Amino acid sequence: MPVSDVTQPSDSRAPAVIELCNVHAGYGRIEALHGIDLVVPAGSVMALLGPNGAGKSTTLKVASGQLVPTSGCFHVLGRHVNGVSSDTLARAGVCTIPEGRGIFPNLTVTENLRMMTFAGASRRDVEERAFSRFPQLAGRRRQVAGTLSGGEQQMLAMARSLSVDPAALLLDEISMGLAPLIVDELYELVAQVSSEGVAILLTEQFAQAALKVADQVALMAQGRIVATGTPDTLPEDLAASYLGGSAAELQSTSDARGAA
Amino acid sequence: MNEFIAFSIIGIVIGATYAVAASGLVVTYATSGVFNIAHGAIGMVMAFVYWQFRVAWNWPAPLALAIVILVIAPLFGAFVERVLIRRVREAPVAVTLVITGALMVFLIGMVNEVWKPKARILPEFFGNAGFHAGSVFVNWAQVITVAAAIAIALGLRLFLYRTRTGVSMRAVVDNQELAGLNGARPARISTYSWALGSMLASIAGILIAPSLQLSVLPLTLLIVDAYAAAMVGRLRNLPLTFVGALGIGLLQSYAQGYMPTSGIWASTPLQGMRLAIPAILLFIILLALPQDKIRGARQMVRRRVAGPASARKTFAGGVILVAAVWVSTGMLSIANVIHLGTGLALALVMLSLVPLTGWGGQVSLCQMTFAGLGAFAMSRLGHGGSPWGLLAAAVLAGVVGGLIALPALRLRGLYLALATLAFAAAMDDMFFPSSTAFGYNGSVNIPRPTFFGIHISTDRSYVIFLAVVFALLSAALLAMRRGPFGRVLSAMKDSEAACATLGLNLTTTKLIVFTLSAAIAGVAGALYGAMVTVAGSTDFLMLQSLPILILVVVLGVATASGALFGGVLFGLLGGEVLLGAGVAGVLLGSNPDGVMPWLYSKIREYRDAIMGRFPGSGVGSGATATGATANGTGAGIGAETGVGVGAGVGVGTAMEMGVGVVDG
Ligand SMILES: Nc1ncnc2c1ncn2[C@@H]1O[C@H](COP(=O)(O)OP(=O)(O)O)[C@@H](O)[C@H]1O
Ligand SMILES: [Mg+2]
Repeated sequence: MPVSDVTQPSDSRAPAVIELCNVHAGYGRIEALHGIDLVVPAGSVMALLGPNGAGKSTTLKVASGQLVPTSGCFHVLGRHVNGVSSDTLARAGVCTIPEGRGIFPNLTVTENLRMMTFAGASRRDVEERAFSRFPQLAGRRRQVAGTLSGGEQQMLAMARSLSVDPAALLLDEISMGLAPLIVDELYELVAQVSSEGVAILLTEQFAQAALKVADQVALMAQGRIVATGTPDTLPEDLAASYLGGSAAELQSTSDARGAA
Repeated sequence: MNEFIAFSIIGIVIGATYAVAASGLVVTYATSGVFNIAHGAIGMVMAFVYWQFRVAWNWPAPLALAIVILVIAPLFGAFVERVLIRRVREAPVAVTLVITGALMVFLIGMVNEVWKPKARILPEFFGNAGFHAGSVFVNWAQVITVAAAIAIALGLRLFLYRTRTGVSMRAVVDNQELAGLNGARPARISTYSWALGSMLASIAGILIAPSLQLSVLPLTLLIVDAYAAAMVGRLRNLPLTFVGALGIGLLQSYAQGYMPTSGIWASTPLQGMRLAIPAILLFIILLALPQDKIRGARQMVRRRVAGPASARKTFAGGVILVAAVWVSTGMLSIANVIHLGTGLALALVMLSLVPLTGWGGQVSLCQMTFAGLGAFAMSRLGHGGSPWGLLAAAVLAGVVGGLIALPALRLRGLYLALATLAFAAAMDDMFFPSSTAFGYNGSVNIPRPTFFGIHISTDRSYVIFLAVVFALLSAALLAMRRGPFGRVLSAMKDSEAACATLGLNLTTTKLIVFTLSAAIAGVAGALYGAMVTVAGSTDFLMLQSLPILILVVVLGVATASGALFGGVLFGLLGGEVLLGAGVAGVLLGSNPDGVMPWLYSKIREYRDAIMGRFPGSGVGSGATATGATANGTGAGIGAETGVGVGAGVGVGTAMEMGVGVVDG
C-alpha cells in the first residue's frame, strides 16, 4: 500500500519504546496476526484502529507479554523480550489496561490501588496521585470496586498509568461503553501522560476520541496493518471503509484537531 | 440440658476441625483453580510426620508442631504446586481431579510403606486434663481445637486483607491475567496458596489425629466432610465456610447423641447415616447451589484429532484381544490367569468411563459403587449363573446411576464429580456394610454366568469369556460413538456453552450417557465378583473408584485400549501400580490425552517415516472433535484419539493392530 510510508511523526528520533517487527501470533493453531510492524517512540501516541476482530487486542497482548509471538521480534526499550512474562514486563514499566474494566471488582478501591504497588511505587504515592487526579475516587476508598460506576472504574484503572511511572502505556478500548464526557476526561489524561514522555499504544474501534491525541494512526484489518499515517494525512476513503464512520465525520474531527 | 451442652461442645469441636480443613481447601482452590482431592491426605501425612517427631523421637510438642506446621507442610505444598499443579492449571476438571487424586493415592501408599501399619498412639494435648464448665467436662484438647480454628479465622482475615500478598491472592481469584499485568507474580501466588493450604491441612490433621487413632483412611477421608463445609461457601467464601463447618459439626454431634438406636434405627443404613451426614449434606448442598454461569470464555482451540476407529479395525482388534487371551491363558500359571481375569474385569469397569469421561467429558467418582450394586444384583438374582443376574446388574446400576444423575444434571465439571463422590461416600456408610448387601459376614458368593446351558466354570474359560465381553462391548460403544449420539457426546465435551447456543438438549444426553455408564459398571461389577467368586462389603468403596479413574485417564480415557491396558495393569501389578500413580500424574501433565493415544501417535510417526509419508496423513476423516487447550498446557483429556483410518488401508503394522484392539 502506498500510504504505508507517509509522514512519520515529528519526534521519530526519540528512542523506540515498543517495537514489533514482522510479528506473527495467534491462539493455538489459529494465526490472528500475520506480520505486524510498528514502532512507538517515547512521548508519542499511536492509535490502532480497525473493525472488530481486526487483531488490535491481539497486538496489544503481544506488546504486553500476554501472548508470545510465534515469529518475529518484540523489543521493549531496545531489548529483545520475546517470551518474557507479562508480570515481568509490568514491573519493568509496561503498563497495560486491558479491554473491559482493568480493575478487580471484588477488591476495594484502596486494595485495587495497593495492587499497583508491584511496579515499585509506594502505597502512599499511589494513593496520593490517584486521589489528587480523581478526587471522586477518594470518597470511595472503602467501596468495592465492582460497585463503582463505569466511569469511576475506568478512572481507577487509569490511575495505574499515573502511579507507576511507566515507560509504555497500552490501552485497549478505554472508551468502551462510557459517556462522551468521561471519554474526553480519560483522553485528557492520556495526552498528559504522553507529554511526560511515555510511549502510548492504544486501540479504539470508534476513532474520534483517539484521533484527538494520536500522533500516529495505524489501520488494522484481518490481522494486518493496512495503512499508517498521522490523523491529518489518513486517507479518507480508507478511513471511511475501515472505520465505518463517514469520511466527512472523520474529516471534521481532523479539522477540529487542526483548529485546536 | 447438660447432655445438650455436652453434645453442642462436641459438635463445635468437630466443626472447628472441619473449618480448619475446609479453609485450606478454599484458599488453594480459589487461588489456584485446582481442587485438591489430596487435601485430607496431606493432613494425614503431616499427622504421621508429627507423630514421628513428637512420639517416636520424643521432641517437645511446640518444637515438633513448629517444624511440621511452619516448615515441612508449607514446603511440601509449595513443592506439589511447582511440580504437579502448575502444569495443569488450565486443564479440564478430569485431569486436575486425576492428578490430585493420584497424589492422594500415592500419599496413602507412601505412608503405608514408611510407617508400617501398627497401632500408634498420638496423645491428646495435655493428656486428658481439662476443666468443668458447670457440670460438663471440657478437655484442653477441645479448647485448643476451637482456639486454633478461631485463630486461623482471624489470621486468614488479617493475611488476606492486610498484607499485599494476601490482597494479591484475592486479586488472582478475581482476575489472574490482570494481576499479572499489575506486576504481581501469579505463579508465585499460586505456590503460596498451596503452601498455605498444606499448612492448614497439617493443622487439621494434627488436631483430629488423636481421636482417629492416627489411622490412614479415616484421616484421609475426613476431607469429604470438609468438602461439604467448603461448598457452603461455594469454594470461595471463607466466613460462610466457617459457618457451614460449624453447622455440619453440630448436626453430626446431635445425630450421634439423639438418633435412636433401637428398632429400625439399629439397621445399618440408618446407623450409617450418622457417619454419612456430611456426605449427604454435600450432595444436598451441591444440588441446592445456584449454578455458576456457563463458562464459554476458556480458549477453545481446534485440535486435529483422529476420529473413532473404524468398524473393521475394531473387529480386528477384538479378534486379536480374544486370541491373545486364549493363547496366553494356556501358558500362564493359574495365579496369573486369575490376575489377568481380575484385570479384564476391572478393565470393564474402566470401559464404563470411556463414553462418560472420554467422550462426554463428565467425571464420575463412583464407578466402583455402581460395580458393587451390580455384584449385589448378581448375587441375588443370578442363581446358578442365570443371565438374568447380569441383566439385573445392568438395570439396578443403570437406574441408580440415572437417579443420581437426574438431580445432578445441571451440575458441571467439578461439582458433578463431587456429587458422585458424595454419593459413593454415603453408600460406603449406609449400603455396603448392611446385612442386606453382602450378608452378615460381609461377603457373598457370586456365581459365574451360564449361557444356553453352558456353565463357564473354569478360570481359564471365564477369563476368555471376559475378553469376549470386553471386545463386544467396546465394539458396541465404538459403533455408538461413530453414530449421531456419539457426535452429540463429543460436542458436549467440547463446549457445553456452544451446544446450548446451538439448541442441543444436553440434559437427555447426559442422562443417557450417565445411565449407560452406570449400567456397564454394574455388569462389570457382576463379572468382577464372579471372577473373584466372593465379593465383600469392602470391595466397592469410594476410595477404590479413584484408582480406576486415575488409571484409565492416564492410559487414555477416550480409548477402549486405554481401559483395557489400565485394567490389565491393575490386575497384574495390583496395588503396586498405585505407588506409580503420582508419577503417572506428572506424565499426564505433559500428555493429557493419556499414554495410549501418545503411543499411537508415535507408532504412526514411525510408520509414516518408514512409508515415506507425511506424519499424520492417515488421520481419520471423521475428525470432528476439538479439545480445549490453553497455551498448550492442558488439553481436553482424551479428545477422541484413535489409530488413523489410514491404517485400515493395510499399512498398519501388526504391532499397532495388537495395541489398537478396539480403539476409539
Ligand atoms: N482467546 C481467543 N481465542 C481464539 N481466538 C481469538 C481469541 N481472541 C481473539 N481471537 C481471534 O483473533 C482475531 C483478532 O481478535 P482481536 O485481537 O480480539 O480483535 P480486535 O481487538 O481488533 O477486535 C479474531 O479473529 C478473533 O476471533
Ligand atoms: Mg479488541
